[in-house]
Amino acid sequence: MSLLTSLARLRALDEGIAQPVATVRHCHLSRRPMVFIPLKLSGEAAAPLAAMLGTDRDDPRLLVVAQPRNRDLRFAWAAELAGVLLPYVEALTVDTETVERKNADPYERAVDAPQLVVPNQGGVAFTALLGRSTRFRRADGPYPVPGSVPLLGRWLTYFAERAAYPGSSIMLAATEELGRHWASGQSSLEDANLAALMSWITTGPSDEAEDPLVWPPAGPATDPGFDAEVLAPAIESGSAERVAEALRTQLEPTWRLVWQAIDLLAALPEGASVAQRWEQDRGSFSGMAAHVAEGAPPQARRDGAVAAAARLARMERAQAAYDVQRAYDDPMVMAEYRLTGEAFAGEVVETDPENTEGEGRSRKLRPLVVVKTDDPVRLPQGTSLGTPQRRGQGAVLVAADEGLITVKITKGMGRGKTAAPGSVPEVGERVCYTSLTDDFQGSATLPEAEATPWTHGGPPRGYTPDDEDAQEEWS
Amino acid sequence: MTDSPEQVIQNVLADLPRHRGVVVDSPPGAGKSTLVVRAAAHIAATGEPLMIVAQTNEQVDDLVVRISDKHPHLRVGRLSAGGYTPPPRLLELAGVRVATRVQDLNDPDIVIATADKWAWISERVWPWAIVDEAYQMRSDKLLRIAGLFERALFVGDPGQLDPFSIVDGDRWSGLSWDPLQSAVSVLLRHNPDLPVHRLPVSWRLPASAAPVVSQAFYPFTGFRSGTGPGDRRLELTTGGMGTVHDRALEEAARSGWALLELPNRHTVRTDGEAVQAVAMLAERLLQRGAVASSEQGERPVTADRIAVGAAHRDQVAAIRAAGLPPEITVDTANRLQGREYDVTIVLHPLSGRRDATAFHLESGRLCVLASRHRHACVVVARAGIAELLDAHPSAEPVQLGVPVKFPDGWEANQAVLEHLARHRV
Amino acid sequence: MTGLKREGDPVRRLEALRGTTPPRPHDARAIAALAANPGCARRALMDGAGIDKDAAARHLGFPAPFGQSPFAITRGNMFEALVKADGCAELLRMLRELLDLPVEEVAYHDVENVGAHLRHTHTRSLLDHAARSTTAAEPVSAATFYDHPLLSLSIAGHTAYLEPDLVAFQLGGRFHVVEVKSFSVIDGQADPAAVAAAARQAAVYVLAMRTTLEELGHDPGLVSHDVVLVCPENFANRPVATLVDVRKQLAVLRRQLTRMTTLDRLLDALPDDLTFDLRPDDDGRPTRPVAELADALSRTTARYAPDCLSTCDMCFFCRDEARQEGASDLLGRQVRDELGGVASVAEALGLADGTRTPAEGQEEIARLLRNAERLRRECLT
Repeated sequence: MSLLTSLARLRALDEGIAQPVATVRHCHLSRRPMVFIPLKLSGEAAAPLAAMLGTDRDDPRLLVVAQPRNRDLRFAWAAELAGVLLPYVEALTVDTETVERKNADPYERAVDAPQLVVPNQGGVAFTALLGRSTRFRRADGPYPVPGSVPLLGRWLTYFAERAAYPGSSIMLAATEELGRHWASGQSSLEDANLAALMSWITTGPSDEAEDPLVWPPAGPATDPGFDAEVLAPAIESGSAERVAEALRTQLEPTWRLVWQAIDLLAALPEGASVAQRWEQDRGSFSGMAAHVAEGAPPQARRDGAVAAAARLARMERAQAAYDVQRAYDDPMVMAEYRLTGEAFAGEVVETDPENTEGEGRSRKLRPLVVVKTDDPVRLPQGTSLGTPQRRGQGAVLVAADEGLITVKITKGMGRGKTAAPGSVPEVGERVCYTSLTDDFQGSATLPEAEATPWTHGGPPRGYTPDDEDAQEEWS
Repeated sequence: MTDSPEQVIQNVLADLPRHRGVVVDSPPGAGKSTLVVRAAAHIAATGEPLMIVAQTNEQVDDLVVRISDKHPHLRVGRLSAGGYTPPPRLLELAGVRVATRVQDLNDPDIVIATADKWAWISERVWPWAIVDEAYQMRSDKLLRIAGLFERALFVGDPGQLDPFSIVDGDRWSGLSWDPLQSAVSVLLRHNPDLPVHRLPVSWRLPASAAPVVSQAFYPFTGFRSGTGPGDRRLELTTGGMGTVHDRALEEAARSGWALLELPNRHTVRTDGEAVQAVAMLAERLLQRGAVASSEQGERPVTADRIAVGAAHRDQVAAIRAAGLPPEITVDTANRLQGREYDVTIVLHPLSGRRDATAFHLESGRLCVLASRHRHACVVVARAGIAELLDAHPSAEPVQLGVPVKFPDGWEANQAVLEHLARHRV
Repeated sequence: MTGLKREGDPVRRLEALRGTTPPRPHDARAIAALAANPGCARRALMDGAGIDKDAAARHLGFPAPFGQSPFAITRGNMFEALVKADGCAELLRMLRELLDLPVEEVAYHDVENVGAHLRHTHTRSLLDHAARSTTAAEPVSAATFYDHPLLSLSIAGHTAYLEPDLVAFQLGGRFHVVEVKSFSVIDGQADPAAVAAAARQAAVYVLAMRTTLEELGHDPGLVSHDVVLVCPENFANRPVATLVDVRKQLAVLRRQLTRMTTLDRLLDALPDDLTFDLRPDDDGRPTRPVAELADALSRTTARYAPDCLSTCDMCFFCRDEARQEGASDLLGRQVRDELGGVASVAEALGLADGTRTPAEGQEEIARLLRNAERLRRECLT
């Protein structure tokens, strides 16, 4: 968080309504998102209690475990969940496009991918645990479960892992996405409460948002008062209907809030790089679908040494790209870099589009642009720059003097003797330059897992899921 | 009594053929580079090829020069990435060859490159490797290059800043191969029987600093200074005017430490008054013609022998903007790691803060800032740090299976503060 | 630690602060929580005086948002019973693996079987006996579990008895604190906040045991700083034991306890007649006028931060106070810190808008805020 966001929070607190901290939407929104609100039984790691889910806001599905301590009922619930989620996922694997690649075979990429929307980070964490507790089960052997359950586990695991991947929109937590676009007048800790954050954005702060009787918690934990006074007696009564109705009262308000959050986000124009990141999401989704189709084993419990390093490299690459893209897509995000002196914006006051460097054959076109700015520039001479107005163009800071910055364009003005039309900004144009550029170095290859060196424990023992995994107690 | 430095080096060299890996912990200025050069020559003398891994191009170049200086008969290959331009001092060296591919190096005795560059090399295995700054190297980098060598000597300073990532690494916490842990942590978790040696003497830190730094940041291992109390002298050749800045410099010249304390106030990070004080100290130090005498002789403390350190980049930018001579190094703790100056001026990471964060309390940060100097360290801080430490909520999350790291940042900060209080002006 | 026991003024002042309200005993959890916000004078005084903050907050109309689900309580009890069943047989199995013990048999002492008033003395003598065995010619090597031992610790001049929900394990005169918790360890990892809370509590027990041994003339180092955390593994009820090194938590605890004894300074700054008395009636219901109590509390300075919402019973009261004051503390420690010395929301916005002239020392934050405001406006138009 920067002073810019802090100022927005102060303003929100003063005016009694959240303030925008983004001018465009930085996540992809599916035409058919699957909203998923899970509840768990208090005191248990991952014992499901209920879930409300669906792609139609007017037609939520409510799945309930009427006796949460009954193992068979829990698996039946997981199978029901699979019955809703898997058809949604599988339908999207069908339509694909062929993607040509340099130095590699073309591959098939889904034209659309699933999108799971949960209320908060707790929802993501619970999805991960639910995935962990189901993906190693087996449809045969000593403790059989419905065949769809382990498959569900693998997809839930996939969703939760994608949620941790910077810039991915496969799984969104509503509070996180809202927080990326609006600053409320409360602390970021309190923003984790969906009802409270939503009221800041829509109507202004309300104490009711923290009253579990008005706005039940958005899960996965339930309100202890509800557990004691409503749920426990309902379970005790043995009436599945009564339990279901009790849980419906806890889920419906959140269901409405999540859809409302989606509407709020949808009203923002989409950022320029969102489609590109979604394309990567689609590629990742197709990869996962292919994995499943090939009969590959479920995701490991924890990453091995090589897998961990590989994932870290991918995530760092994605994080760096996401940071740069958001700044280039959104002047409000770029403003944070302008505030710290890593970017500047202003009006072009002078240009020399025909400036050259060197002599003879090594003579190069190096157009000069002088920008007048009010921003506090803290970039040393020679800094490489990029500009959101002309992506792909490269420039270097030549001189900075009293709000006049001279920039030399080094890349992206065509190969001709003169600069390509439009590649050099005109006097009077507003431009922004920044040292933030997306030139993250690719990382070198890693050894094969079987060749893990002695410094990292040597080759891992081969892992094949066995009966013990499938039998793992699910108390 | 601990072994002498020479004995430790002998022990290290003797251990090399006996173990697959040998670790040497080196506190600030304890002769790490000397050890690397010695070990390199020792291994090269066996006739077996050696690869050396360092973390930055600057470190690689330094090692190339040092090895070549000390052992001109050795042929050294400096492997580099495409965009690298070797500094002139390297090109002058007769036995040194620079190339981007191993095969273009003409089979030298020693090949040196950064860890990042080594990661692109394959299809060859060296019998020996030396990994320098191994505590600042992330273990995923080691994973990429460990297949290149059979045995290795790992050298580094466990007290400096840990490696970090821009992404959240919780999913790997507790794993013995957690990629965000340092190369040495991961190595030792998988090979707990490897010998760990410690260099016992800091040649950089004066007698006034070694005990302070040792107790605060190396509470269990400890080290001493190679020079005695009277061996290092800092003299200000021109008279002062009795200002706080002058008095701080005089205290530092006298005792090796000074705390210039500004009035207690919560400020923004780029606290103008503190920045001014830092700049003024540097300026006065030059004006007063400081002369440093040591076992290396007498020399004036010129701008290039002075460093200014701070925690944040915006503070560094603000200090630079205050108009210091460009020869004075101004940088963050991260970038001052491994460097050495006569006098350092430090903007205390907690100065003007209302709450301490994990970043501010990280012991490695303060350790780097407090251990770059050969003669004196002047700290600028607002009053109130003791109260801030007192009010710090100590409720850090605990990950299962992650060894507890010492020293604790709070304790280290407290120890340094207590010491500085005795040198307050 | 007995040295901390002090007579006289501070203790009387603390008692006056509490008035007729019965003291709330310091349990290990409360002591561990001292570390959560040590800079808060209000909290330090209320804790020092042994005031039931939960009851106070409730009476003030700001009940704390903490509750425990009956399901969680049931589960916790079930799990503990399972771990301790058959004289801690399951626990022994785990400890044997974890600590690599050669023990086949283990003795089991449930200190709870002794009458409540004797439990503390009994605990001491059991510890004494076990510790002696290390120096005896023939050490009593038989392993022993001590269930529900009652330990004490001196807090701000009061002796606090610690709720005995732990097991101490002794072998050859060396002790380990065993902490049974019902949160799960999944694939070797557990919720770091929950583990941290458990570690802080366990550190209280380690310190109390070490203090007891020291008082009895034994080496406090006989109590290991590695505590045994027992939790359900993965998704089952099967327990798993993990060693947790609590050296850092011990250091923090010692610091906080030393701080508690410096309450005098805080007390000195208070008006003589100040009291937080709830004036409970015969049924224990508070009768003190709410406004009066709120006024008394407002004479002490709170250091509210949103983090209090998960740690302190008084959090909603203090948050409300911060709202009334328009304090930037509401937005979190980071925002507050970033604003330099500017404490109020109106002041910060005034500086940003340029409608307020920066006071001395505020020039820089004013410049930064104005710059930020300029950029925000530019982006929003």
